[in-house]
Formats: sequence, structure tokens, C-alpha cells
Amino acid sequence: MWYFSSPKLIVFGEDALEYLESVKASKVFIVTDKNIASFGLLEKVLKHLEVSGVEVKVFDEVEPEPPKETIFKGAELASQFKPDLIIGLGGGSCIDSAKAIRVLYERPDVQIEEISPLTNLGLGKKTKLICIPTTSGTGAEATWAVVITDKRKKVKLELASREVISDVAILDPELVKKLPKKLTVEPALDALAQAIEAYISQWKNDFSDALAVKAVQLIFKYLPRAYKKGSSDIEAREKMHIAATLSGLAFSNSQVTILHALAHSAGAIFRIPHGRAVALFTPYSLRFNFSKSWKLYAELAETIGLKAVSKKELAVKFLNEIEKLLKELKVATAVKDLRIEREEYLSKINELVERTMESTGLIANPREVTEDDVKKLFIYAYEGKNVDF
Amino acid sequence: MAKFPSDEWVKEFCKTLNQNKAYEEAAKTWEGDFLFIITPDEDLDKEYVFYVDLWHGKCREARLLSNREEKRTEYIYEGKYSNWKKLIKGEIDPIKGLLTRKFKLKGNMSKVMRATKAAKELVKTASLVPTDFI
Ligand SMILES: NC(=O)c1ccc[n+]([C@@H]2O[C@H](COP(=O)([O-])OP(=O)(O)OC[C@H]3O[C@@H](n4cnc5c(N)ncnc54)[C@H](O)[C@@H]3O)[C@@H](O)[C@H]2O)c1
Ligand SMILES: [Fe+2]
Repeated sequence: MWYFSSPKLIVFGEDALEYLESVKASKVFIVTDKNIASFGLLEKVLKHLEVSGVEVKVFDEVEPEPPKETIFKGAELASQFKPDLIIGLGGGSCIDSAKAIRVLYERPDVQIEEISPLTNLGLGKKTKLICIPTTSGTGAEATWAVVITDKRKKVKLELASREVISDVAILDPELVKKLPKKLTVEPALDALAQAIEAYISQWKNDFSDALAVKAVQLIFKYLPRAYKKGSSDIEAREKMHIAATLSGLAFSNSQVTILHALAHSAGAIFRIPHGRAVALFTPYSLRFNFSKSWKLYAELAETIGLKAVSKKELAVKFLNEIEKLLKELKVATAVKDLRIEREEYLSKINELVERTMESTGLIANPREVTEDDVKKLFIYAYEGKNVDF
Repeated sequence: MAKFPSDEWVKEFCKTLNQNKAYEEAAKTWEGDFLFIITPDEDLDKEYVFYVDLWHGKCREARLLSNREEKRTEYIYEGKYSNWKKLIKGEIDPIKGLLTRKFKLKGNMSKVMRATKAAKELVKTASLVPTDFI
């Protein structure tokens, strides 16, 4: 027995934001950040909400990799304003913030750490949730995960509850048309990783497989185009936007793997943006899982049109293709290239390992993971050394 | 071969845990005791309650209680007999079992979600105990 969860409705394609004009609500609380406002994206949303005649309050103080404090502040403002609709507008950070703020607004008696699949939240009594991504990457608009940073403990809280999933996700390509290069690439590589992880996780299933395969296909086809042509290739933008949501649906109905565990651990300790951290740990994690997952890599390779004489070769080709893509997109694939000093890194290695071992990313990793493995992976990733164990 | 559920079985489980290095490593920071409750179904006539005290990768105490009121613990893990059987045989993924409500867990959730590896090793150890199901 297993479940499949998704938003009740996904509105996508050109003019998708028009959905907001007929939204049934009276008070709307928008969770976003200052960039989204200054790039005119908030404006686009407000314009449509105006048509529906709702009262709006904007909370635009979300920081990237949002800390707990932001959530508390947002929840406080929400409880004063009393919205019946919360909108998360932005990248994964704003969307996760909106999800968490919604929980604390509806359930002020719940501690943020208590958001778990085993806690009954009873959401939906005070407000609905609409998520509108402005990056094409995390898929957070369609997942039941919420990632919040505990700055004091330097850890990413991997919270999850099927109840926090958005009621509606709106994927309007207009919001991602002008993404700068880095913000085109890093979140997209998060989406690629999540899709592959969903496909190799022990919790994979036919639903998540279908979504993962399509996401991988779209990303291989359209990411290089979106990267090279930017706003002039709206088709590539739109397809990447959809691929990200597919990836979110895929992993949230399966599970991520050691890749996300490593990225969350390093990301929280060294403050690396999520997409960048995920891209970096991708080659190491996929190679680490090779002994258990190579047949599945070969299947994915076939779906993107790679050919080889044997399945094993095909699997190797798939990994090479990913590494080629990472090069083409000019992302860092060794920690030393992130301007993190070796000594500082090594001094934190135990902390890095500990955080990884506690991560929910290990629950369904295809290969058993020991502390030694994790330590080695962190050391190899620093130097950029090929995984050989 | 120990009969499940019985005092003999849970004591054997405790002993096996204390010999398991993988569990010791995964649970080295774990502090918290459990009631494991096996609720009756077609094949089990009454409720059985185990007390298991887990501390820093070791099992400090384990025994069969007369009922669930006998001891207050930090966690309660509860499921029906047929699901316990599947769990011990390795037919249910312990975390999936929780997510699909085949088992119920009461206690501090955030702490437990950081200890999923320990939970998996705990269950794997249970499958190492030579067990005779009734
Ligand atoms: N809940 C989930 O399922 C899930 C999955 C993966 C990642 N995450 C989390 O999502 C966060 C990362 O999200 P992200 O990668 O989308 O980045 P982000 O939300 O942190 O945004 C990064 C930066 O891009 C800016 N930005 C966003 N959209 C823009 C646009 N259209 N134009 C210009 N600038 C824009 C933001 O203002 C921010 O400064 C992390 O906290 C990560 O842990 C959550
Ligand atoms: Fe991610």
C-alpha cells in the first residue's frame, strides 16, 4: 500500500495567472521576497487579484533557504490579517515559507519541528494555499515537503506532511521568462537530480516513475536551450517550468536519496544555495549508488535516446551525459571551487557526516549508507575525485 | 526459537540488538524508551505490550508488561499482530509502515524523523531473532 499526492489543481501554460481572477477568497496573504517584487513579478500577480476584488496583504521578507525566524514573523502577520487564502510566490524558498506559515497560522499550537507525516494537522479550516513558482527547479509547489533552515543549529529541517501540499499550483512561463543564467541552471539541476532520485529510490513506484522519466526527458532536451537562449526561447522556459513540477511530484511520491542528504547537510553548514549544492553532489551520489542503480540509469539513458551495446555501458553513458551537461552549464562540481577552505571544510567534516546520517534522504537510498561512506563522499567531493568505492 | 509475542522473544531481541554493530552505530545518540504494543486480530487473542529501553545504541532493558498502563514511556509504537508479523519478516518497510498508518507512533516526532536509520536497523535486528509465530 502506498499513496499518490498532488495539488488538487495544476494550472499551467500561457496566461495561467488568469486563474487568480476567479479565485474564491476574500483576504489574500502573499508570501514572497523583495526580488520578486522588484522584478515586477508580484505586480503581475496583484494585477490579476485586483480583478477578483480581494483584499491583499504582502509579506515580502523571505530570505533564500528560509530560516525559522522568517516563518514565525510571517505566521504572526498572517494571524493578525486572518487570510482565507495564502499565496506562495517565488522560488522554493518563498513557497516553502508559505507552506510553513500556513501551518503555524492554522495551528498556532504546533511547533514547526512537529510538522511530520505522523502529525495530524487538520489544515484547510482557515485558509487555502496557492503556490506560484518563479524558478523552475524545486517543484515545491507540488510537493508535501517543507525545507526550513535552523540557523542556530545549522541544519535544514526536512519537514513533510501530505496536508501541506498546495491546493492549486500555477505554472505561468511568464514568471520565469527572464531568469538570469545561474537561476536558470541551478534550480533546474535540482529538478534533474530529484527526478533521477525518485526513479532510483527504494520507494519508487509506477506513478513516480512516469513523472520522473518525463522530467528527465524534458530537462535534457530543454535545459541547454533555456540556458543558451534565455528569454528568447519561451518554449524551453515553459517546458522547464513543467519539468520542475513533474520532478517535485516524482520525488514527493517516491523519495530523494543520499544526494539530497549530502546537499542539505553541506548547504546548511556552508550556506550554499540549494540548487548549487545539489548540482555539486550529483556525480558523487549517482556513482556511489551505481552498484544498486545501474539498471535504472540504463533505463533512463534509453528514454533520452542514448545507445550502447550493453546495459552497463548505457548506465555509464548516462552518468557521463550528466557530467557533460554539468560542464556545459558551468556549474561547480568540486567543493574546493566554491571558495571553501580545505581546513575549514575538514574541521567540519564530522558535523557534515552527522547531519547527513540524520537526513530523511537516507531512508530509501538504494544502497546502504555508512558513516564511512559519507565521510569519503565529502572528501572526494571536496577534491573533485571520482567515486571508486 | 522464541515465540512472538512473549517475554522470551523481547529479551532475545534485546540481546541481539546489543550484538548488532550496525544498530549501535545508527542509534549511538538515541535516548528514549518505547512501548511496543501488539494489538489483537484474527490470530491473536489479546493485547501484548513490550517495554524496551533504548539508549545510545544499546538495549538497556526489555520485558513483557502486563498492560499498557504499567509504564509511561517517551514513545509508543503500536500495530496489529498481522502487521508486526510482516514487519519482523521484512515484508513491511518500517518507515512506510508508519506513513501508511499500519503502525502508529506517539511521541516527539522531530526526534524520531532524524533517527530513521536507527529505526530501520532496529527492525532489521528483529528479523534476526529466530522467531516462532503463533
Ligand atoms: N519543498 C520542496 O519540495 C523543496 C524541494 C527542493 C528544494 N526546496 C527548497 O527550496 C529552496 C531553493 O529554492 P530555489 O532554488 O527555487 O531558490 P530560492 O527560492 O532560494 O531563490 C533564489 C534566489 O532567486 C531569486 N528569484 C526567484 N525567482 C526569480 C526570478 N523569476 N527572477 C529573478 N530572481 C528570482 C530569489 O529572490 C532568491 O534570491 C531551498 O530552501 C530548498 O531547500 C524545497
Ligand atoms: Fe531539491
